[in-house]
Amino acid sequence: MNMNEIIKITNLTKSFGNIIACSSITLEVYPGEIVGIVGESGSGKTTLLKCASGLYKPDSGEVFFRSDDNYVQNICNISEPDLRQLMRTDWSFIHQNPRDGLRMNISAGGNIGEKLMAIGNRHYGNIREAAAAWLEKVEIDSSRIDELPSNFSGGMQQRLQIARCLITEPKLIYMDEPTGGLDVSVQAKILDLIKKLVEELNIAAVIVTHDLGVVRLLADRVLVMKDGHIVEQGITDQVLDDPHHAYTQLLVSSIIQV
Amino acid sequence: MDELKYNFAYLDEQTKKTIRRAILKGLSIPGYQVPFSSREMPMPYGWGTGGIQVTSSCIKQDDTLKVIDQGSDDTTNAVSIRNFFKRVTNVQTTEDTNKATIIQTRHRIPEIPLVEKQILVYQVPTPEPFRFLEPSEFETRKIHALKEYGIMHLKLYEDISKNGHISTSYNYPVLVDDNYISAPSPIPKFDNPKMNNNPAIQLFGAGREQRIYAIPPYTKVISLDFEDYPFEATKANAVCQLCGATDSYLDEIIIDNAGGRMFVCSDTNYCHNNLLKKIYNP
Repeated sequence: MNMNEIIKITNLTKSFGNIIACSSITLEVYPGEIVGIVGESGSGKTTLLKCASGLYKPDSGEVFFRSDDNYVQNICNISEPDLRQLMRTDWSFIHQNPRDGLRMNISAGGNIGEKLMAIGNRHYGNIREAAAAWLEKVEIDSSRIDELPSNFSGGMQQRLQIARCLITEPKLIYMDEPTGGLDVSVQAKILDLIKKLVEELNIAAVIVTHDLGVVRLLADRVLVMKDGHIVEQGITDQVLDDPHHAYTQLLVSSIIQV
Repeated sequence: MDELKYNFAYLDEQTKKTIRRAILKGLSIPGYQVPFSSREMPMPYGWGTGGIQVTSSCIKQDDTLKVIDQGSDDTTNAVSIRNFFKRVTNVQTTEDTNKATIIQTRHRIPEIPLVEKQILVYQVPTPEPFRFLEPSEFETRKIHALKEYGIMHLKLYEDISKNGHISTSYNYPVLVDDNYISAPSPIPKFDNPKMNNNPAIQLFGAGREQRIYAIPPYTKVISLDFEDYPFEATKANAVCQLCGATDSYLDEIIIDNAGGRMFVCSDTNYCHNNLLKKIYNP
């Protein structure tokens, strides 16, 4: 199968009992592109993310992922070892709460180096060097390499999680509210960092958030979800500056102006 | 007499049969933890109930049993288990590693190399090598099934970053038959190399955790390490002050209230034999 997209979702539907969380969603993401998914709580954005990353099996529809060597896999019927292999190499998942993505009883260096060891790196010196380099990249002093994540502030923990996720240079990252729960100035720093790294490594990213500011800053394209449907999509600035759908207009107008 | 009411080797034949089946399965998949329905034994968990059940299922009338605890034949645990088997089987017991056909051990592998047809039964407190890294059994089974073994190196990484060397000194994780990562039970890492390519059958029983696993004779067992921090079989840098052995694992024993201490072989039978040799061939 030939495709240019890195991930392609076609007619994806997922319901929980009577509740339809995602209804025939179609979405393509191209390499190096950041796609934002916005919507209120319960609009199905997290379900979509979980289906896209193989954590949920959709009721119908398909999710295709293309690796570097143009090998296309259907995520909906991928075997668990293959899925976990993808998670270790080509994909990464940045959680809202860094505690979900980090090992809190393992040092910062160990947290960053874990994926390297998981894919077979067996040279302590090299792993440590890479971990230190990544700490610097996410603007944490590399002298703190042996400290536990619990010694770090919330923002630093989130940066640590980013380093841990990006060390294997994945092709695609999924982010679920990556700046939720952080104060605004720290949010801005993290968003800057994500934007810089994503551009540097040419990573495609799917970012789920209810915060239009995050989308405005990060996303090239945005999808607005409501009740399991995509109600509007397009270039971020276009959608946010000239929203067509009534719901998008409501979202945009409800941003508090300071 | 009371003991006549018990079946040979305490367990009933049906139970022994199920345990043997678990052992055979374990031997066919080296390093794989086979669940078994562990029985209530007449001693508390942590005293070797897993090892005893394995021994009970293997032992025959013509076997010779040796029981060691931390290498020693005469500590409480070793003596009570030996007496237990004497009562319920009436088999020969010995302290001599060479004469034993079954050796039940807690925390040591004898210094004298084992030979074919010997069975070494380990008492195992925690059969799951990933337990302290991953508390969920559901997850650890997945780790084994999918060979997601990277996090064991994470533990060794933490060791080096904290202490400058791999400081795990007992229960040092091994890779069995290039396949499963297993816990060697809390033997000192000095003994790890003895597991590799050993002619004897090595059986591991964990009573509370209800797991049996095994290493068949002549199986490759390697201790995990880093390329730049290779595995080292360490021991105290001293000689045995009783027999003068330099090649055996040593216990440090405090001998008075003034801080006096001495190093002696942890394997009492080995030390004893060395002393006999000294006396008869000075």
